[in-house]
Amino acid sequence: MLLEPETTADALVLRLRGVWRIDNIAAIEAVLGGLELEGHARVRIDCSAIEALDLSAVWLLQRRIEQAQANGADVEFVGRVPEHFAFIREIVERGAEGAPSQPAPRTLTDFVVWVGRMSVLQIQQARRALIFLGRTVITALGALRSLHRLRLASITRHVYETGIQAIPIVALIAFLISVIVAYLGAQQLRQFGAEIFTVDLVAIAVLRELGVLLTAIIVAGRSGSAFAAEIGVMRLNDEIDALQSMGIDHFETLVLPRMIGLVIALPLLTIVADFMGLAGGALLSALLLDISLSQFIPRVQDALAPTTFWAGLIKAPVFAVVIAMVGCYRGLQVRSSSRELGRLTTVAVVQSIFLVIFVDAVFAVVFVELDF
Amino acid sequence: MADGWRRRRLSHPPSVIRCRLRGELVSRSPIISVRGVVNRFGSQVVHDGVDLDVYAGEVLGIVGGSGSGKSVLLRTMLGLHRPNAGQVYVEEQDITTMPETELLKVKRRYGVTFQHGALFSSLTVAENVQLPIREYFAASPAALEQLTQLRLRMVGLPLDAAGKLPSQLSGGMVKRAALARALALDPTLLFLDEPTAGLDPISAAAFDDLILYLQRGLHLTVVMITHDLDTIVKTCDRVAVLVDRKIVVDTLDGIMRNDHPWIAECVHGPRARAVQTAGGSR
Repeated sequence: MLLEPETTADALVLRLRGVWRIDNIAAIEAVLGGLELEGHARVRIDCSAIEALDLSAVWLLQRRIEQAQANGADVEFVGRVPEHFAFIREIVERGAEGAPSQPAPRTLTDFVVWVGRMSVLQIQQARRALIFLGRTVITALGALRSLHRLRLASITRHVYETGIQAIPIVALIAFLISVIVAYLGAQQLRQFGAEIFTVDLVAIAVLRELGVLLTAIIVAGRSGSAFAAEIGVMRLNDEIDALQSMGIDHFETLVLPRMIGLVIALPLLTIVADFMGLAGGALLSALLLDISLSQFIPRVQDALAPTTFWAGLIKAPVFAVVIAMVGCYRGLQVRSSSRELGRLTTVAVVQSIFLVIFVDAVFAVVFVELDF
Repeated sequence: MADGWRRRRLSHPPSVIRCRLRGELVSRSPIISVRGVVNRFGSQVVHDGVDLDVYAGEVLGIVGGSGSGKSVLLRTMLGLHRPNAGQVYVEEQDITTMPETELLKVKRRYGVTFQHGALFSSLTVAENVQLPIREYFAASPAALEQLTQLRLRMVGLPLDAAGKLPSQLSGGMVKRAALARALALDPTLLFLDEPTAGLDPISAAAFDDLILYLQRGLHLTVVMITHDLDTIVKTCDRVAVLVDRKIVVDTLDGIMRNDHPWIAECVHGPRARAVQTAGGSR
């Protein structure tokens, strides 16, 4: 019981009692909400029986009293007034700038404005991405002229981190996927009595598409996110500003080594994936189709055109450039908050995977046209 | 368990002192007592038997060189760090042996601001302030809104700052927003870690005034770590200096007379003289 109302001849007397503290905030709200101060000429408030009081409760009470006073009620305190009220008055008198911001109601114009803003934003984004691409190319051309500017130590580190450390997962996934493809192929082709073509299917699918595509997707998830996060954190710590203030080009020190490192690592990873894919195909052929290794290898050699392997491998450096560029670009976009960092890392991964698949589709069309 | 701490408590009876606070002579018992705290990190001993009493209604400044363990001491008092030895009593309860659930209740009565604000960067200022209230109490949105407004007014932030993200605030505003969040649950104890670090002199002075203003208005007990001599002179009733893994606690005048080399260098060095000649009197 926080409040005891009592109606006397000329006034409503409210005796406050109990704990008026933030711990009791729900009860206080309920009591204040149910209070009918209006309709009484005089309201007297007696605080002498309150056990504990804090500023939050006083603030809510004060607000309610002010509301009643605005409606014409005559509210007064009787007995000792807790000093909290004086402090609240002091705080209010000190004043506060600005009004509490209210979300404006949405209208049709807002929608049009939103569309316009998003369009401009997209154009700006495209422009910035192009500038980034251009700057990277120029820096790369400049850096290729001298060994010092290539930063071999940094490139080596990135080859190690993005390439060598990724070998186990890339190998495992390539092996498993080719097992799946071989299994499906064997089941379907058996209906035509053409099980032997399973070998062709696995060899061509792995070497042309699956090996490189899966590797690129894994690397985009592993290294694309790492690039964005690393560079983003450097951005948050002002490390990039520090580099620039020393006159060191951050494209040359951060972007280029990552890109070159990945351009070296991704084709090598692709070769690992191709090998493991074929191994998976060979294993399943031996188990499921009774095609031994000594039959499998000549069959693969027959199935493959001289260009098949290269048609897959040639895409790897392009994918590497795409992944490195997207990761670094998004990392450099991080500004001032850790939320940005998380968001842009996600964007980097999603975008690089999308772009890898998109570029792969373009390659497929081009290769068909070229009869490659 | 309970008897355990009581017995230990008796072996270190609370030192009731008569101290001058705000000009009036009063007897007080400590609200926080640190007894014989030892903190070690590997072979490095940071605290070796630190005793400290914090009395209700005072402003205590903790001073010390870099690496002297100010923040560790603060974290120990907050129950965020368990000391290797020794006890920390908050209102006669030993928080070093307290179970986690009990400790949470004690922590609820603290307000803490961290050195860099530690505002949650993905929440607006209003949401930062409301977070502890939402966590503990079932307040309606309208009441939350009102309480947020009160906190913002208390710390002197413009009300339109409520909708802003921490990254959109200036350094001084971040400190004020952090203070508003620390005050969210109407604490009686306020811990401030370097409240004026990184502020320009004018903002720092304004922040000192704000701390004093709130401390007097809300009858807060304030423990602050600070390097700012202006802040110490202006706000602190007593000063605790961490030197040689121990602590020296005294009024500012007492500290000034202390002849420990580090303390002397600290309060009589060129930087200190500049503050004193600038007329920092209280």
